[in-house]
Amino acid sequence: MKRDLSIPFLALVVALVACGNGQDGAGLGGELLVSAAASLTDAFVEVEAVFEDANPGVDVVLNLGPSSGLREQILEGAPADVFASANIPNMDQVVEAGEAADPQVFVANRLQIAVPPGNPGEVTELGDFSWEDPLIGLCAEDVPCGEFGRQALQKAGVIPAVDTNEPDVRALLTKVAEGELDAGIVYATDVASSDGAVEGIDIPEDLNVVAEYQIAALTNAPNPDAAARFVEFVLSEEGQEILAGYGFASP
Amino acid sequence: MSTDEARPRDAKVGRPPGLVVVLGVLGLAFFAVPFLGLLGRVPWSDLPELWSSDVVVDALRLSLVASVSSTLIALLLGLPLAWLLARVDFPGRSLVRGVVTLPLVLPPVVGGAALLFALGRRGLIGEPLNQATGLVLPFSTWGVIIATTFVAMPFLVITVEAALRNLDRRYEGAAAALGAKRWTVMRRVTIPMIAPSLVAGLVLTWARAFGEFGATITFAGNLQGRTQTLPLAVFVALESDRATAVAISLIMVIVSLAVLVGLRDRWWKAL
Repeated sequence: MKRDLSIPFLALVVALVACGNGQDGAGLGGELLVSAAASLTDAFVEVEAVFEDANPGVDVVLNLGPSSGLREQILEGAPADVFASANIPNMDQVVEAGEAADPQVFVANRLQIAVPPGNPGEVTELGDFSWEDPLIGLCAEDVPCGEFGRQALQKAGVIPAVDTNEPDVRALLTKVAEGELDAGIVYATDVASSDGAVEGIDIPEDLNVVAEYQIAALTNAPNPDAAARFVEFVLSEEGQEILAGYGFASP
Repeated sequence: MSTDEARPRDAKVGRPPGLVVVLGVLGLAFFAVPFLGLLGRVPWSDLPELWSSDVVVDALRLSLVASVSSTLIALLLGLPLAWLLARVDFPGRSLVRGVVTLPLVLPPVVGGAALLFALGRRGLIGEPLNQATGLVLPFSTWGVIIATTFVAMPFLVITVEAALRNLDRRYEGAAAALGAKRWTVMRRVTIPMIAPSLVAGLVLTWARAFGEFGATITFAGNLQGRTQTLPLAVFVALESDRATAVAISLIMVIVSLAVLVGLRDRWWKAL
């Protein structure tokens, strides 16, 4: 039984190795699995396209989700190459587990209040989150946008009358855009990329929370060279320019 | 079924073919191994404390309320629908049958979004409903029940419809010929004859409703005590607190197994 399997398996390994070496001088190829926070979705789709143009042998595959979920996947041994986390604690846990080293802050993101077009719930500031009447959503406590949103509310001394704790920022944004919720706290980048589906209300600097995003190539990356190149690209001027186009601030 | 009649036939069949046993055991392993993985992570000594936490108690109560309500609604609406599909030859019947089974095929998240577009505050029916009565279905326990019913009721409809179509209608004809009224035939002949399938359909409906996640979180949101059922609580806890997530998963496995195995022994022996 074992012998039957070894031949196709060997062929596969040979094919993969050949694939990896068959490129030009850059020597980059194969699949690159990038686990990135859901709030990076639009920006990373463009980063992926530009990076693939520059490195034609590499096929970037984006695995988007809540940072904590991605962290959990990595800690359970998912074969990811790069981790881009929307906050530092999730990256810290990955580093502590020895799965990554030397993470870098690559962007910062502020919070905004998102309301449906026309602001039917007449929400104008964090203080309005304490009223029973408007339907209010936050991200769940354990995902970064939920953590930061609650920090901002706490700074403002507001106890919110929450109607739902959404699993990630995109789910929250969709419900606000649909008008099912009157307000939610999201990232400024989410409002910027919504193309008018939601309106953003600024949160004053002294109440706002700035989220720092970290990126790292993973220690057990199946494709370490491409992973290092991808991280380098995100931190480069070109990468930062793409990210700025989606409302992210440089660190 | 191990009556004396059956035994000689069993003997003729002989030992099961080796290949079938190997593949069958592999099939079993496919189901069993993930549960072993789950059991391996159970924080046994902390279980009493984890199980008695507010989050878990609220979620269990809500899950039971939603799954039982869904099952009752499925009985009330699904049984007549199954009867119409099986007995009345109306135009577009196969289309209707397709629509009824759609929730089985669609990703539940899509079902939840569809519910939101129809019954949400800005939805097709939801908006006039909201203006007339002030009722908001999303983010309420009613929303949870609607979402779980949407996803689970097809199990009852297709199970019962199949049973009704396979039923030998001469029994009903005989009852009618002997003077039984339509309702009496239904109550005394039809329902008892499809009872095993009806119970199976109800159990499947309950089980599907009990485990529902995607449509619920999309349509009803996630708030402890109001819309957070056990599957939602597991999902949220997985983000940060694995011990709680595993403890809740274990409750779900225990309750589901108890119902499925218990009811099987009690009701499905006839099958």
